[in-house]
Amino acid sequence: MAEQPSATTTAPGEVTLPSGYTYTSVTDKIANIVLTRRSRWPWFLTFSIALVCMLAFFLACGVLFIVGPGIWGINIPVAWGYAIGNFVWWIGIGHAGTFISAILLLLRQKWRTSINRFAEAMTLFAAGIAGIFPILHLGRPWFFYWLVPYPDAMSLWPQWRSPLVWDFFAISTYLTVSLVFWYMGLIPDLATLRDRAKTRTQQLIYGLFALGWRGEARHWARHQSAYLLMAGLATPLVVSVHSVVSLDFAIGNTPGYHSTIFPPYFVAGALFSGFAMVLTLAIPLRHFFGLHEFITMRHLENCAKVLLATGWFVAYGYLSETFMAYYSNDPFEIYMVQNRMTGPYAPVYWALITCNVLAPQIMWWRAARRSVPVLFVLSLVVNMGMWMERFLIVVSSLHRDFLPSAWGLFIPTRWDWIHLLGSIGMFVVLFMLFIRFLPAISIAEIREMLHEEKSS
Amino acid sequence: MSDLDRRDVLKLLAASAALATGACSGPPEEKIVPFARAPEMAIPGKPLFYATSVSSRGYGMGVLVETNEGRPTKVEGNPLHPASLGSTDPFTQAAVLQLWDPARSQTVLHEGQVATWPQFLAAMEARLTELERARGAGLALLTGTVCSPSLQWQLTQLRERYPEARWYQYDPLHADNELRGGELAFGRAIDTRYRLDRVQTLLTLDADFLSCEPYSVRYARDFAGRRNPDRGAMSRVYTVESSPGLIGAKADHRVALPPSRIEQLVLHLARALGVETPYEGDSPEPRFSAALLEDLRRSPGAALILPGRALPPQIHALVHMLNHRLGGAGTTFEHIEPVAFMPTPQLESIRALSESISAGEVRMLAMLEGNPAYDAPADLDFSSRLRSVPETVHVSLYVDETSANCRWHVPRTHEFEAWSDLRGFDGTLGIVQPVIAPLYGGHSVHEVLNVLLRSSTNSGYQTVRAHWQRTFNHGGDDEQWRKALRDGIVANTAATPVTVSPRPPSTGFTPAKAESLAAIFTADSSLLDGRFANNVWLQELPRPMSKLTWDNAAYVSPRTAARLGVATGDEIELQRGQRAVRAGVWILPTHADDCITLPLGYGRTHAGPAGSGVGFDAYRLRTADSPWVADIRVRRTGEHRWLVSTQHHARMEGREIVRTATAEEFARDPHFATTEKKERVPEHTLYPDYPHDSYQWGMVIDLNACIGCNACTIACQAENNIPVVGKEEVDRGREMHWIRIDRYYSQDSGRLDTDFQPVPCMHCERAPCELVCPVEATTHDSQGLNLQVYNRCIGTRFCSNNCPYKVRRFNFLQYSNESSEPLKALQNPDVTVRQRGVMEKCTYCVQRIQRGRIEAQELGRRIADGEVVTACQAVCPTQAITFGDLNDSHSLVRKLKSSPRNYSLLAELNTRPRTTYLAQVRNVRTES
Amino acid sequence: MAQVFDRGVVLALKVALLIALVLIVTLLFVWRWSIDYPHTLAAPPRQPLPFSHQHHVRDDGIDCRYCHTSVEKSAFAGIPSSDVCMTCHSQLFRDVALFEPLRQSLRTGRRLQWTRVNDLPDFVYFDHSAHVSHGVPCKECHGRVDQMPLTARARSLEMRWCLSCHRDPGPHLVRPGEVFDMNAAPPASENEQRRLLAGYGILDVRRLMDCSTCHR
Repeated sequence: MAEQPSATTTAPGEVTLPSGYTYTSVTDKIANIVLTRRSRWPWFLTFSIALVCMLAFFLACGVLFIVGPGIWGINIPVAWGYAIGNFVWWIGIGHAGTFISAILLLLRQKWRTSINRFAEAMTLFAAGIAGIFPILHLGRPWFFYWLVPYPDAMSLWPQWRSPLVWDFFAISTYLTVSLVFWYMGLIPDLATLRDRAKTRTQQLIYGLFALGWRGEARHWARHQSAYLLMAGLATPLVVSVHSVVSLDFAIGNTPGYHSTIFPPYFVAGALFSGFAMVLTLAIPLRHFFGLHEFITMRHLENCAKVLLATGWFVAYGYLSETFMAYYSNDPFEIYMVQNRMTGPYAPVYWALITCNVLAPQIMWWRAARRSVPVLFVLSLVVNMGMWMERFLIVVSSLHRDFLPSAWGLFIPTRWDWIHLLGSIGMFVVLFMLFIRFLPAISIAEIREMLHEEKSS
Repeated sequence: MSDLDRRDVLKLLAASAALATGACSGPPEEKIVPFARAPEMAIPGKPLFYATSVSSRGYGMGVLVETNEGRPTKVEGNPLHPASLGSTDPFTQAAVLQLWDPARSQTVLHEGQVATWPQFLAAMEARLTELERARGAGLALLTGTVCSPSLQWQLTQLRERYPEARWYQYDPLHADNELRGGELAFGRAIDTRYRLDRVQTLLTLDADFLSCEPYSVRYARDFAGRRNPDRGAMSRVYTVESSPGLIGAKADHRVALPPSRIEQLVLHLARALGVETPYEGDSPEPRFSAALLEDLRRSPGAALILPGRALPPQIHALVHMLNHRLGGAGTTFEHIEPVAFMPTPQLESIRALSESISAGEVRMLAMLEGNPAYDAPADLDFSSRLRSVPETVHVSLYVDETSANCRWHVPRTHEFEAWSDLRGFDGTLGIVQPVIAPLYGGHSVHEVLNVLLRSSTNSGYQTVRAHWQRTFNHGGDDEQWRKALRDGIVANTAATPVTVSPRPPSTGFTPAKAESLAAIFTADSSLLDGRFANNVWLQELPRPMSKLTWDNAAYVSPRTAARLGVATGDEIELQRGQRAVRAGVWILPTHADDCITLPLGYGRTHAGPAGSGVGFDAYRLRTADSPWVADIRVRRTGEHRWLVSTQHHARMEGREIVRTATAEEFARDPHFATTEKKERVPEHTLYPDYPHDSYQWGMVIDLNACIGCNACTIACQAENNIPVVGKEEVDRGREMHWIRIDRYYSQDSGRLDTDFQPVPCMHCERAPCELVCPVEATTHDSQGLNLQVYNRCIGTRFCSNNCPYKVRRFNFLQYSNESSEPLKALQNPDVTVRQRGVMEKCTYCVQRIQRGRIEAQELGRRIADGEVVTACQAVCPTQAITFGDLNDSHSLVRKLKSSPRNYSLLAELNTRPRTTYLAQVRNVRTES
Repeated sequence: MAQVFDRGVVLALKVALLIALVLIVTLLFVWRWSIDYPHTLAAPPRQPLPFSHQHHVRDDGIDCRYCHTSVEKSAFAGIPSSDVCMTCHSQLFRDVALFEPLRQSLRTGRRLQWTRVNDLPDFVYFDHSAHVSHGVPCKECHGRVDQMPLTARARSLEMRWCLSCHRDPGPHLVRPGEVFDMNAAPPASENEQRRLLAGYGILDVRRLMDCSTCHR
């Protein structure tokens, strides 16, 4: 049945396609991760640690709702703290997924195929977690639904000039679309899993979600066009979401918030952190599940290149912020910049410059781009750097604004940290469950590519 | 404290649980409870005001107490009373909290055990019979300064009944030096009443008359009257002081000198003015003295020297001489017969008492006021001597340190609960009438005295009324009595001036030698002498200079700090002989070198839950021989003290925040405050103007008048149910005051000036907060107010981020009181009590505006100018705050807005604030 | 290979999904209604005395202000103190058992505990005097109390209900003399409305829509 692996001419690692794979073997390889392969201790270890963090997160939320936002380090003037920082950070991470699957799809970037699935999952989880924070952050979270326009007994509506309202819609839209997009892509694979299911329960569950996919030509045709359409829909969102998020700050008059460069700067930053997270996830994934042929050096290298590029966007953002401050000759703006570089939070600033601007420069060297450990470390460094950037934008702008008499400091409490680490734990838990129960790589699309390659 | 925290947390749990359920079911059923028999003249839902007086260290201060459904909720000044003129000090504002304080003593105690009033009466009966047999020998009475005619009358009766009985007075902030100085100069006790509204050149010698004194409010008003450059020439103020005071901040020329050098300066001055003094040396501040002398000479009959209570009697006598020389008699000051009853040097008095105690002469000691066990001179060791007295009775609001050392403790009624009468600092008599029945079953001083007198009349009312009949006996016609109650004062009872001339001062006086390091004991701007220790409003009130809350500290100058090798927050041990106290250091740039200021009133052990254990007790270093200044030694302990302040940055960073000019600059360019900044204000905006109805509210704050006394902050707190958050929360930067007073230091041509700037909500016409709120919880209304709708707020806090003035306050936790019933009764029914998680801020007292509107509407007319007065405006002693309708072309606020000094804070942001400031002008002498 | 789900099951699944959807929506509405205070109009709460406005107002023709004394002077209309009741009932129905609580309260001075019928949240500052003096008749909010044997709430008292009048007061006003008249007719014509509004000095309705008009 299976024909011999065709001796390929492409040098190993250059390929986007697992050399010498057949439809069946591809399917076996990926599906078995879910269906037959037993979980190993690394999975359990990571999962349980993450689970503990997640529970801590829930505990912290409980305390938050009972005692109030006062458990955090926030105060007047620094009324926004980690909650908003985390929110922006997670939303940023939740970008790469849709970017990879939608935009790269439209750009017919073949190499995306084997990383888009888990990237989308990452997007989904990240955006979901991000969505929680603005609500936690409220003084009276139980009234969050007042941001929804609905005919209430007070005949009141949201205040449409407030970016927070735009935010609410931007994020909910983004969440829904990426969910649908992701699920749509999953359907054929779910069907595959259903058909290869080893137990009745597996068969039932996968079957249920496969929505009766039978792989007919008709199904494929519609799926393809629908998928493309969704991609078209998702593409503008990639840009819009983080632009809107950035307006939460840009609309404000605080020096350090009030800046026109924010929308593009935030989007770039989002992709930056997004791709970093893709690497952070891809590398262990391919290592532990032996997917080296699917997630190849080429993928990693491309991600690295994107990192390098977006890194420069971000760097440009920092630069123009500083430049504009002096160019505007506004004493408050100028002081803000100086305060960032020399004030109480200066260490954070220089740390983030190191992480986001200096560190990625090693990507100029091919050797570095092709060294997995280097990439992994770098991806972590960039993620950290981006979190620090969010923190800096939120806190250091607020803590010294117009009237020196009102200046203050923000000092995070243990609850701030629990909410940050807990949310990461939650993310990992979700991702772990994902790779355990769903194909982390799109079987159908790989097969499709295989087919195209054959016919070429 | 930790215990409190625990209970708070539990409280929050309960609260949020209730809240969770409350969210998904209708609100609980409420009751209406009408009277069984309705009282007369009380309209439910309308406040009633009663005119009365409160005691400010014995002297009367006229007030109007607002009661809602019989609950006293707010204190206003009495415009008719000369000590108030409608304003009050922070202490008077906080009096209403003290009234409701659940920690007040609620029962008679005998040997610390709960007892009853009858038991007390019985015990007294036994004692008094035997004392009477001994013609009162062994009976001792301790009071503070007595300015109550009725009390005076009772004391004279006491003297008749027990001829051998002894009466002692003690007030830790006694005025002995003034008193003895007067005696030296005039041969008898005499009071001097200064007329600052007539002073052109003023020199204050370590005398911060703007705070903590019975006359402060009035003097502040008179002082400010001469400090408005828009209304003709300003007075010029020279200040010599050791520890920074309010007057020092307002002074045009100020030098900071240690106490000993201040004496030298005075003596030098005296010699220059032709009065013989033993001091031959030169002035410690030649340039200052020279300028001062010239101005003094240049303003004959309009110059005044104000000596502080810490200066020795000889200096006071000398200053009397000088003031007469300067020809101010009858104009800048006048002498009156002492207002207090039998003024005596109180240090002598308390020393005599403790000596006769240790001599075993005292068989029964009744203390009607004060807390000597805590605040008597440390070397008298009063508390332990107390225990050796067979019978001791202490009448006080709290079960304090003294009560703990007494056989009998009797809960005293608050001033709002009892009948009495008080004379103001100028002698004006005011009736003290109760506005509520005793909450905790207390007894007034008069009642206790009646017990000692074993008189048939036992109620305070009868006593006061009887005394009234004796003095103003008009055939028992009650009209005048009723008028006195209505007005709060008895017309023309002010003391009449007497003409006396000072004798030449004794030359036998040797000026004090310079100490290596002098401790200066001062009254505390929040706790006074410690009597307000359990008053959380005052505890949380930032101290004017340091902005310190919930604490006192040892204040030193930067140089002295360097000499001692300490920094702010370090702990030091202050040693005086065998006595030692540990304190935290706080550096004040304007403090004099080689001395260290120790505010009194802290480190209490029996103050109550909030007041005990706060700060360090400076009394422990204060001995009878040196009540105000003492030589001390200091060593670093290496420990640190947790000191919490509300302002962390004191410089303006070159931003145009407080705008100041010298009188000369002002004369040259009256528009100095706005000229060079004008072009920075954007002229255009994208948004159309708001449509407005017939009223346009606005506020002007005159920085020249503001003395930074904090009265507005606490008045606002009382009016608007602003919660207290406690030391930890203040430390996290979460204080809730709606109007804060910023304190800046500005370096100007070699002078280090202290500037005050009250900052309430600016009610911007282009409010940045409004357009970022997602739920329209903060909006603009048709009378121009920037509203905060608590019940709509979900707490995104974006508004606060977007407020350039950072005047918004957030309920990070459940701050407002939910547990204590008495404190609920204190709250203003016209203002919503804010829940956890909502933003709040200054509302321009919208509840008062609303009341004014409705009343005016029902009368079918507009609100007249001055009819609606904000709480901060009403209380301000210097009338620095003006509020009114900008549409009314005749309103005062409109007039002030057209003053050349008028400018808006951060105008360049185009927020168009409705609260604007009148720039500061310092009448600095120009060297010619 | 055989289908995992046969048609029946698939149908069942679809139906189930549909039901779930409907259920969620209805639940939302139910919840909305449950927090939509107050739910029960026209249900008189239990009171210490079965006081009948119908009897006192319609039969006896007693003016509202006889008992609700401060309605024209204060935010609070005022609930009569026991002695006010006694001005009549010291003579009438002296020994009816029903009145025992009343007599008792006067003897002991213990106050009667009435249950609020028209209850607003504490952050709403309604002012009776302001409304009465501007020609808003009692019945506008309290309904025809003269037809209530037992007093019950007649209006929802929701914010949107308040606003419905604040937005356009004209049709709700009556002539100054008729404020306490249960049978007063609303203004007949547009002009009538305009005349009333002018007469009461309600020139600018925007002010009535300000948050600060009711919330502080």
